[in-house]
Amino acid sequence: MKVVSVEHAVAMIPDGASIMIGGFMGVGAPERLLDELARQGKSGLTVIANDACLPGKGIGKLVDSAQIARLTASHIGLNPIAQQQMMAEKMAVDLVPQGTLAERIRAGGCGLGGVLTPTGVGTVVEAGKRKIDLDGKSYLLETALRADFALIHSFLADYQGNLSYALTARNFNPVMAMAADTVIVTAENIVPVGVIAPDHVVTPGPLVDYLVANG
Amino acid sequence: MGEIMDAQTIIARRVALELRQGMLVNLGIGIPTLIANYVPEGLHVFFQSENGLIGTGPIPEQGLEHPLLTDAGGRPISALPGACTFDSATSFGLIRGGHVDMTVLGGLQVDGEGHLANWMIPGKMVPGMGGAMDLVTGARRVVVAMQHVAKGKSKIVKKCTLPLTSARVIDLVVTEMAVIGFPGGRATLIETAPGVSVADVVSNTEAELIVPAAVPAMAI
Repeated sequence: MKVVSVEHAVAMIPDGASIMIGGFMGVGAPERLLDELARQGKSGLTVIANDACLPGKGIGKLVDSAQIARLTASHIGLNPIAQQQMMAEKMAVDLVPQGTLAERIRAGGCGLGGVLTPTGVGTVVEAGKRKIDLDGKSYLLETALRADFALIHSFLADYQGNLSYALTARNFNPVMAMAADTVIVTAENIVPVGVIAPDHVVTPGPLVDYLVANG
Repeated sequence: MGEIMDAQTIIARRVALELRQGMLVNLGIGIPTLIANYVPEGLHVFFQSENGLIGTGPIPEQGLEHPLLTDAGGRPISALPGACTFDSATSFGLIRGGHVDMTVLGGLQVDGEGHLANWMIPGKMVPGMGGAMDLVTGARRVVVAMQHVAKGKSKIVKKCTLPLTSARVIDLVVTEMAVIGFPGGRATLIETAPGVSVADVVSNTEAELIVPAAVPAMAI
């Protein structure tokens, strides 16, 4: 794991990259990395995230400056700009049930090809998917999701990359930290190794490639 | 009685009577959120917020909000002593895995068989389903809390014309006019709201409604 500046971290991300971004309505989102992505003007991004947040907040910052070509999310209804871009076909949007999104990312990070879920059976969500009957119940085969980069925000990070999270800011961060080729982390507090007790580490250090320095 | 209640209050108070000791309950956005204000005294239930919390408490007073503690709509909430937090995969494992005893959601349409549509109006409103599909598919009991009529049209329809939220049939719909259940997959009037007649309910319901010989009033 390397400690880098926020400028250096974002410079590694090419235009057109696929990025998983932690956070739920901006809570637990890596805001400094999002600000820097906007400042460096990265374009044509494929973003996988729970929601489109609000204009000017979280992933909404990337929506504001039309940097996202394709968004996979469970909900964009609270961001009118994201709705407009989808309706105008300026941003392709794949809407995925929230639990399915979490499991597809988890599968991607855990070496699974996908998951079987009952969610979406008998609805428009099943279009184009394989339906599998097991023991008298129907499931959809939902494939795994991975990305080039995961941008993660934690509460505590140590210099070996061990992470812990706070309250509802945990959300998608731990599953995304498993499912990308390169994992970049911001933290509310960076602490010496050993401060986070082994039992309180949620994301194991070896998963983290870059920790963004604070200050 | 003498007390005049608005539609949302009637709905929230009636749904609250469905709560049972020790239940794990997920409340959706809108009218369902109000139910937490009417938990019967002495009853302890656990409220889940699907962004990763069991043990949500009241909305904090101004100045006491914590930026990392919000509900699924991103609004500040509090956590009661004994609350616990978890990631989104665990949160939806709880929901899909049948560990959530009851969910209460808003609705756009409920049909005569108990199917729910509550997540999009094609060409008009495409916000995404968020957690609704998982909740309706996985929660042990699904209660829909919504107004009976919108823009002069019954929301309890013969057949949903909007995209369904799940193939799974809901258990109960509570409106400001009535409580309707779906035994045997057929809409059945269970209770009427105070001051509302059976004929009022029937005339405001597009779906065919089975009306038992005696229909009690809501005990709110």
